[in-house]
Order: sequence, then structure tokens, then C-alpha cells
Amino acid sequence: MLSKRIIPCLDVKDGRVVKGINFIDLRDAGDPVEQAAMYSREGADEVVFLDITASHEHRKTMLDMVRRTAEQVFIPFTVGGGIRTLSDMELMLRKGADKISVNTAAVKDPKLISRGAKRFGNQCIVVAIDAKKRKTEVRGQRSDRKKINRTSDFRLPTSASSWEVYLFGGRKPTGIDAVEWAQQAEELGAGEILLTSMDKDGTQSGYDLELTRAISEKVRIPVIASGGAGKLSHLYDALDKGKADAVLAASIFHYGTFKIKQTKDYLLKRGVPMRPAV
Amino acid sequence: MIAIIDYKMGNLRSVAKAFETVGAQVEVTASANKLRKARGLILPGVGAFAAGMRHLRKYKLIPSIKEAVEAGRPLLGICLGMQLLFSESEEHGTHKGLDLIPGRVVRFDDRLKVPHMGWNQLIKKPTGEDLILKGIPNRTYFYFVHSYYAKPKSRNAAIGMCEYGKNFCAIARKDNTLGIQFHPEKSSDCGLKILKNFCKLSGEI
Repeated sequence: MLSKRIIPCLDVKDGRVVKGINFIDLRDAGDPVEQAAMYSREGADEVVFLDITASHEHRKTMLDMVRRTAEQVFIPFTVGGGIRTLSDMELMLRKGADKISVNTAAVKDPKLISRGAKRFGNQCIVVAIDAKKRKTEVRGQRSDRKKINRTSDFRLPTSASSWEVYLFGGRKPTGIDAVEWAQQAEELGAGEILLTSMDKDGTQSGYDLELTRAISEKVRIPVIASGGAGKLSHLYDALDKGKADAVLAASIFHYGTFKIKQTKDYLLKRGVPMRPAV
Repeated sequence: MIAIIDYKMGNLRSVAKAFETVGAQVEVTASANKLRKARGLILPGVGAFAAGMRHLRKYKLIPSIKEAVEAGRPLLGICLGMQLLFSESEEHGTHKGLDLIPGRVVRFDDRLKVPHMGWNQLIKKPTGEDLILKGIPNRTYFYFVHSYYAKPKSRNAAIGMCEYGKNFCAIARKDNTLGIQFHPEKSSDCGLKILKNFCKLSGEI
């Protein structure tokens, strides 16, 4: 049976691994290639490298890191952050990356997805979506919204929830609906959706299950849930209730809260199809 | 020396490094001379079937491949490379393949998520273990990325299966010609183990 995947994410800045809490307050934590090799040994199914500064500081992502990873790490890996053109993609793939993740550039020019998919194959193109929940107002509820304040969200029917695509690490709203964008990305030839909840990212309070499920149910390509992992049950919920095909996490693995093996043992015990860690 | 056939279909670095890691001497080459000297040949590849065949013709690699097979030297096709070993494919029209293993390459049922991507289990043939799978436990997970799969004409040619919607052939063998649908070079230690077995089959290590 096709396994659900556990994907540690390595946020990289200047060739070093960092993890941001809501993308601010970066903490340095090691060499990305060594980290990836360690995760591979521990039984991770894939690794994602995100050059978190590239997009807004216009930095080239680290080709050398990609080359070294391809020489030492024998599981698939994805590289994202600041990839804007077909030739950016080609360079990364040629150095040995298995997949390329595009975010901002794809929103600005959706044809980048179709051109990349056509040239390199759909399986290479991961479309990363950073989504934030819209504060929806349902007519008739506006007046009592103030009184019940935070609980008002729960009174909205599920279908009323919507999420907006953000760019530049959650700083720039686009007005684009996240579910529609995911569907469009699939039509254009994306091989996977890497879906990050900007509301949940860094909070360790669990994935945005409603968002994950909304998109998983609307596309026929794999969805990787990201943002909010704090406990092992969060990963289970994203795969089960959220219907995700894979879960991505950074801090919980990075700071050693959970080992990959422990994570997989837990999920296997709860009946999730999973390639066991050795 | 293990020769990795360079026909400009995808990145060959990982395949080359994986073979080096298990102790093989590796040449990434399109030279007929070097291919003749190789103990074993690898036909890797990512991309479309028709383009793969076009490139093999363009770089005049087909005679070298057939010569090696006739001489009984081991040949291993990986992913697209496996599919090219078969008689024909239905990927975007019908295209002739190398016809080293009789059979057809067909697309997964569209009701499934295609490509079949991720880690899936190899179901070993119960009767007699093949040397390429020596030391690999039944139902070990390997990394797959593909939309088409090979259907060998002879059931005996399928030495390992995988289940996605239904059972399909994940490893095929005819004499010393082997095809592997998954990516051993991306399948961690068990993948490397298979590559090591191939090197042993070839007398490289």
C-alpha cells in the first residue's frame, strides 16, 4: 500500500539551517546536508529545503548545497525558495534535486507551472501555497459577533470558511482564494501541493485541518500539510481528518522533540500506512 | 566498471553516486567503446517514453545496449529505463521500445491519483528468490514516481510486484536484463542494497 509520508523541512539561510517561529526570530541549527543525511538515516521519507530568505532578498538558493545533498542523501528531496524561472528550476534539477517548489513566482506567472511541468515532468513541480483564513462575516451574524467574539467562527458553516493566498512568508496578501489556486495549480500541471497554514505555522497547536481537508478534497494530486505540528497526534489528524498525503514538520524534528522513528511507530500503531523507520 | 548510459534524460548524478557508495567504479557515458568495457550497464531516465527512444537513437546507443545483452552482460533499466526495455508503450500514442523484454507499457487507471508517487511495498515472487533481491525482506518499501507501468508478456518475467489500484510489475527480468520501476537510488538503504546486488551480478564487486 502507498505509504503516507513524513517530511522534515529544513529552512535554510546562507547555507545554514534555521527555523523561524512564524518566520521571524530565526535560530541557527546546523548544516543542511548533514541534517538531511541524518533524517534519511532515521527513516524520513523525503526532505524539503526551503531557502526562506531568497524570495524577498532575491538571493540565489544554494546550488552547492543541492549538489552535496544529491551525493550523500539517497531519498527524494525538494528545493524551494526564490525559484523564479525555468532555468532556476533546471539548475536545481541538474544539481540533483528531485523536485522544485515554487510559490511567489507561480502566483505572479502561473504559466511557470505548466512550462516547468512540460519540460521536467509534473512530478518535479511542487506548488507551495501559504494560506491564511479569511475573517468571514456571514450576514445576520454581524451584530452578535462582537458579543461571542472568538466562538463566532465555530458558528459559521464549514462552507463559509475560505483562505487567502499570501506571499513573501506571509507578509503579502494576494486576494486569491487558496482552494481555487490549488485547483488551478493542478490543472496547470503541478505534481503536488505543499500547503502551509500561516495561521498555524510556528504555533505548534496543530495543522489547519479544515484548510488541509478543503484542498485535499478538491485536488487529485498529493497534498503535503504544513504549519502547526506540535504533537504526534497533530500529524495523525492531518493525515486522517485533513486527508493529507504527507505531513511536513520542522521544529518538532529539528529540536528533537520527536524522532522520526518515534513518529512513524506512533502513526503505524494508529493504522496509518507508513514505511517503517529502521 | 558500471556504465551509466548518458542519453540526456534526466539527472544521472544520484544514480552515479549511489553506485559509487556501494563500491562500484562508475562511468556516465554515451561512448560505445566504454559501454563495451562495462561489466554492467545502467539505463536510468526520467521523462517521456517517445523522447527516451528518440534520444537513444540520436546518440546511437541502441547497438551498444543490444550487444551487451547478447553478450550476457547485465543491463538494469530504472524507471523510464525499465519501460524502454519493453516492446512498446502507449504513452502519448504507440511507440516501439527496445523489445528486450516482451510486453507493453500502459497507463494507470485514471481513477487513481497519477503519477503513482511515494513509497510503496515490493511484493516478492514467492517461488525462489532472485539474486537482485537477495537480502531484501518481502514488502520492503521503495520510492516510486511514474504514471505508466510495464506489463510483461510472460508472467515469469515479473519477479516483484507492487499494489496500486491493482498489482503491477515493479521488477522484471529476462535473463540478464533487469527492469526496476522504482528508484533504488532514492530508496535509502534497501535501494542501495539492490544496486549492490546488481554490482555483484555483474562481477563489479
